[in-house]
Amino acid sequence: MLAYTIRRILMLIPVLIGMSIVTFAIIHFIPGNPARVILGDQATATAIANLEAQLGLDQPPYIQYFHYVFDLLKGDLGTSLRTNTPIAAEIWPRLAATIELTVFAMIFAIVVGVNAGIISAWKQNSIFDYTAMIIALIGVSMPIFWLGLMQQWIFAQELGWLPAFGRGNPRDPVETTTHLYVIDTIINGRFDQLWTSIKHLVLPGIALGTIPMAIIARMTRSSMLEILRSDYIRTIEAKGSRTLSVIYRHGFKNAVIPVLTVAGLQTGSLLGGAILTETIFSWPGVGRYVYEAIGTRDYPVIQSGILVIAFMFVIINLIVDLLYSYIDPRIKY
Amino acid sequence: MKKSLLLLLLSLLLVVFMAACGGDDEPADAGDDDDDVEETNDGGDSDVDDSDDGDEGDESAEAPAGDQTLIYARGGDSQSLDFASTQDGESSRITLQIYESLLSFNEHSFDVEPGLAEDWDVADDNVTYTFYLREGVKFHDGTDFNAEAVKTNFERWSDPDHEFAFTDEGYAYSVYGNQFGGFKGDDGHIIDEINIINDYEIEFILTEPFGAFLQNMAMSYFAITSPAALAEYGATINENPVGTGPFKFVSWTRDDSIVLDKFEDYWMEGYPKLDRVIFQVIPDNSARLTALRAGEIDIMDGLNPDDYELIQNEPGLQGFERETNNFGYLGFNVEMEPFDDPLVRKAMSHAVDKEALIPLLYAGLAEPAINPLPPSYLGYNDNLDPYEYNPELARELLAEAGYPDGFEFDLWTMPVARPYMPDPERAAEVLQANFAEVGLEANIFTLEWATYLDELTKGVQDVFMLGWSGTNGDSDYFLGNLLSTAGIPESNRTFYSNTDVDALLAEARTTVDEGERAALYEEALALIHEDAPMINLVHTTPVLAGSDRVQNYIPHLSTSEALTKVELAE
Amino acid sequence: MESITPTKKQRTSGPEKQDPNIDKTEAVSPWKEAYWQLRKNKLAIIGIIIITFFILVAIFAPLLTSYSPTEVGAGERLTSPNADHWFGTDDLGRDTFTRIVFGARISLIVGFFAVSGALVFGTFLGILAGYFGKWVDMFISRIFDIMLAFPSILLAIAIVAILGPSLENALIAIAIINIPIFGRLVRSKVISIREEEYIMAAKAQGMKSGRILFHHVLPNSVAPIIVQATLSFGTAILEAAALGFLGLGASAPTPEWGKMLSDSRQFIQSAPWTVLFPGFSIMLVVLGFNMIGDGLRDALDPKMKT
Repeated sequence: MLAYTIRRILMLIPVLIGMSIVTFAIIHFIPGNPARVILGDQATATAIANLEAQLGLDQPPYIQYFHYVFDLLKGDLGTSLRTNTPIAAEIWPRLAATIELTVFAMIFAIVVGVNAGIISAWKQNSIFDYTAMIIALIGVSMPIFWLGLMQQWIFAQELGWLPAFGRGNPRDPVETTTHLYVIDTIINGRFDQLWTSIKHLVLPGIALGTIPMAIIARMTRSSMLEILRSDYIRTIEAKGSRTLSVIYRHGFKNAVIPVLTVAGLQTGSLLGGAILTETIFSWPGVGRYVYEAIGTRDYPVIQSGILVIAFMFVIINLIVDLLYSYIDPRIKY
Repeated sequence: MKKSLLLLLLSLLLVVFMAACGGDDEPADAGDDDDDVEETNDGGDSDVDDSDDGDEGDESAEAPAGDQTLIYARGGDSQSLDFASTQDGESSRITLQIYESLLSFNEHSFDVEPGLAEDWDVADDNVTYTFYLREGVKFHDGTDFNAEAVKTNFERWSDPDHEFAFTDEGYAYSVYGNQFGGFKGDDGHIIDEINIINDYEIEFILTEPFGAFLQNMAMSYFAITSPAALAEYGATINENPVGTGPFKFVSWTRDDSIVLDKFEDYWMEGYPKLDRVIFQVIPDNSARLTALRAGEIDIMDGLNPDDYELIQNEPGLQGFERETNNFGYLGFNVEMEPFDDPLVRKAMSHAVDKEALIPLLYAGLAEPAINPLPPSYLGYNDNLDPYEYNPELARELLAEAGYPDGFEFDLWTMPVARPYMPDPERAAEVLQANFAEVGLEANIFTLEWATYLDELTKGVQDVFMLGWSGTNGDSDYFLGNLLSTAGIPESNRTFYSNTDVDALLAEARTTVDEGERAALYEEALALIHEDAPMINLVHTTPVLAGSDRVQNYIPHLSTSEALTKVELAE
Repeated sequence: MESITPTKKQRTSGPEKQDPNIDKTEAVSPWKEAYWQLRKNKLAIIGIIIITFFILVAIFAPLLTSYSPTEVGAGERLTSPNADHWFGTDDLGRDTFTRIVFGARISLIVGFFAVSGALVFGTFLGILAGYFGKWVDMFISRIFDIMLAFPSILLAIAIVAILGPSLENALIAIAIINIPIFGRLVRSKVISIREEEYIMAAKAQGMKSGRILFHHVLPNSVAPIIVQATLSFGTAILEAAALGFLGLGASAPTPEWGKMLSDSRQFIQSAPWTVLFPGFSIMLVVLGFNMIGDGLRDALDPKMKT
């Protein structure tokens, strides 16, 4: 187990190196001298030279790369060109916002997806099954930005049930320690604020969670069907009734692996989809941070934002992999 | 077994979640419907009706009654909080709350009134101005406001070598240069001497009579920063503003919000009324309006003109109009081929159908522009023959200029809505269709706002969309910035340079007699009209919307106003 | 176990079909059998109908409408759907139906070229990796790993940020992010085929690598590639719309669906049709491709069933 964990972590190293090369390269793929592109056509020669030195562009690429990696290892993500503040300091509140949204979306996806999948399998070919699977099929085909807009329109604008933008009530800002509002409000004992934060999470969370929800529902259903056809369950059934509790108890244990796989993989599309959702719901997350940086040509922010998101994705996959071997030690690698 | 427990937990979560969504509708929904419908007027006193107005759902119900936190939502973030080195309207919207100038404008007009100076004298020589400063005024950092502070600020802007000029960090005070004829040592620099008479008396001696001097002193660009803060924060003063204004700076989360708190030691007795003002960025127009309707915000700028009528008839909301004081245009880079040819520029001027533009983009809340100056301004030239919409003529002129088959160009389109251009991209599409009709292919090109403004100063643009809003009511503020050689490239993005126009504007600037000044401006406008460096599109009446709890909010005809007297009714 | 496998592309089959008779018809060729399977799959048939419909709409776009997609003021602005303007008009008085119809062209073309590009490069790299193995495989596989370590839309955004926003660059970005998906698929297929006896035999007979590849390996990889291409077609359209929505794809006044959505957002309350129809069109096309893809997978490649 430990050996596997270590091996698995070691396997990450080439990927991490590759990722750092890709993000490092972003700034070098810009046509022309990066410093000039950043500073503009009328920048003075001194200003360009200064920025080049700041970015280390006056050195050979491999040296630059080593500096870049060395800085990263020190936790230095560079400095935003627009705000002139260290990105590492700027990024955390935004990352926290994204994490909160993503986790909420994932909970939604798993809870709804797994339950819908199990019930569909249990009541195969029933109306519920057909409806659920058609919804799932539509769900995987859904442009989430459209879904987000529709939700915003119906639930925030027309019905007024839920807030349309942001993370909390600007009138009553959350005192932040972790920047995860759900946790901060609990720490502060402000359960009214917790309720407000959760309400703000609902619409963007559902918009973001819809695609994974649909995929998980389909995946759960087909794994469950396979299991239901197995001799083991058939025996149990023969003895007694085909109740939902039997399915939950015996079936789900075996379906957990494929579902976990999908859930892990979908985190990637969640993190990507966060850019769209955050834009629609004015959610101050890391996706919008990168998006705004593209508009302002703030290349260090683009680099680091992308790297941080990709890093999170890799780590989540690592955790999922490790969970496999924990849940099912028989899996050989 | 453990797993089934987990499952149970998950299912439970689902139930709670569903309940959360379902249970939600009652309080908020009820609030939306039982608003008091009897009151449909806007602006009027509504204290009485509002008392049982527990609307806005449970969001604001949490806020204690009498909470004086106002949320002002806008489309984009500020560039900088140093008023002197930026011309961004979103920046001065904030700095007006934090900083004050020696003089101020009447809340309905550009008439000057006392500000940090209680009174002033103009000597008979017309070049010596004495300002009597208000005593006992404190900066937010606790230091005293006095004549020394005024002098330090003016020197900071006029002298690039001043210790607080931060020239090396990229600070440039172009508005100062434009308004006062240049910088220290320049020939045209109008301020000759600044003399401290005592702590609360300061004297400005000009090189020659200058018509717009008092007007300028009331501008938000010439507000007074705490010298102690300049020393402390250095070039980061643009993120750490310290002034004497009604609100002090608390925090700035980029692209999200700027929080200001009431300055308890504000010199004006009993003001400000609000405890806290939050400027919230909500980029999307419709999301902003939704937030207003839901009571999440109190005032929103950048209301879509289409929604204005609706807002006025909606219970719980009110509409605000800002008087026309702006001008939206389509500028040519006159140094770039083929726009260096006046024939091409004229042809393109004839290609644009302004009359059609107005109902389409402004819901009628605009008028076509003839001069690069709002109609109420001194020297507005009524005698010009406007470039009427005439595609035929446009095509002929293009052929004459050597482009019978037209050409292709980039149409730079602003990424954000501004008062003079509520939906730039749509405007670009209409203009594109106009140009297509005369055989010109316009490619819509856009950049993020700060970058857009920045790039325009570099002269890489073909044809660009932009506008100008008056901040001191003086014609020179429009013409001197937009069309004089001195304005290149900071505010004159067409790079238009005509020595005759420069001379006329310079003469007008030093003329004190209104009639003479008007004549000079009219003459300059005629020359500019002939050169057509820009297509004058429209003058708009910008509209805003707010909750009817907002009291005493008077949009100033310059782009923004201090919220000193604003308060929220129960 | 690879650390990361294709994300959205991994889908389960639709409602199961249990027809024991099919399994017994062994004499029939696999393609014929697939055809029969597909015909029995109602969802796949619906998918085919949807896509055929959109293809016809795209081809005959100019015949379906009397307006031009960019004609400003074709009608009153923001009129609700009526006999003249089936889907109403947008804020510039352009006919929404016309813009949707012409938008179908853009979406299908972007989808087609992006998928073709990804397919060609992905297949090529996958074959190289799978067939030659050793360091070639190592190198190519690691590149795929790294590319897949980035959430795909994010990678696309980064690419567009470098190349500059335009429809062409969006297309290129989408093609690039889809390369590893095809690459991996082909690679694993090639590896499994490489060990089969007839390839060994061909090799023993001195057949050249290239010939083996084209005569044996490639034909045997066609089925999963077709399935993946169909599914990717849908995703590519979604991705293009997302880039358009973010302002990183088509520029005004191109009637690209994602762009139409973002332009009309602010009128969602007063004129919901301007937002409803483009979004619905995107969903329908993607749904069509997904239905066909699912059906094809069930029919062509029973082993891929989960």
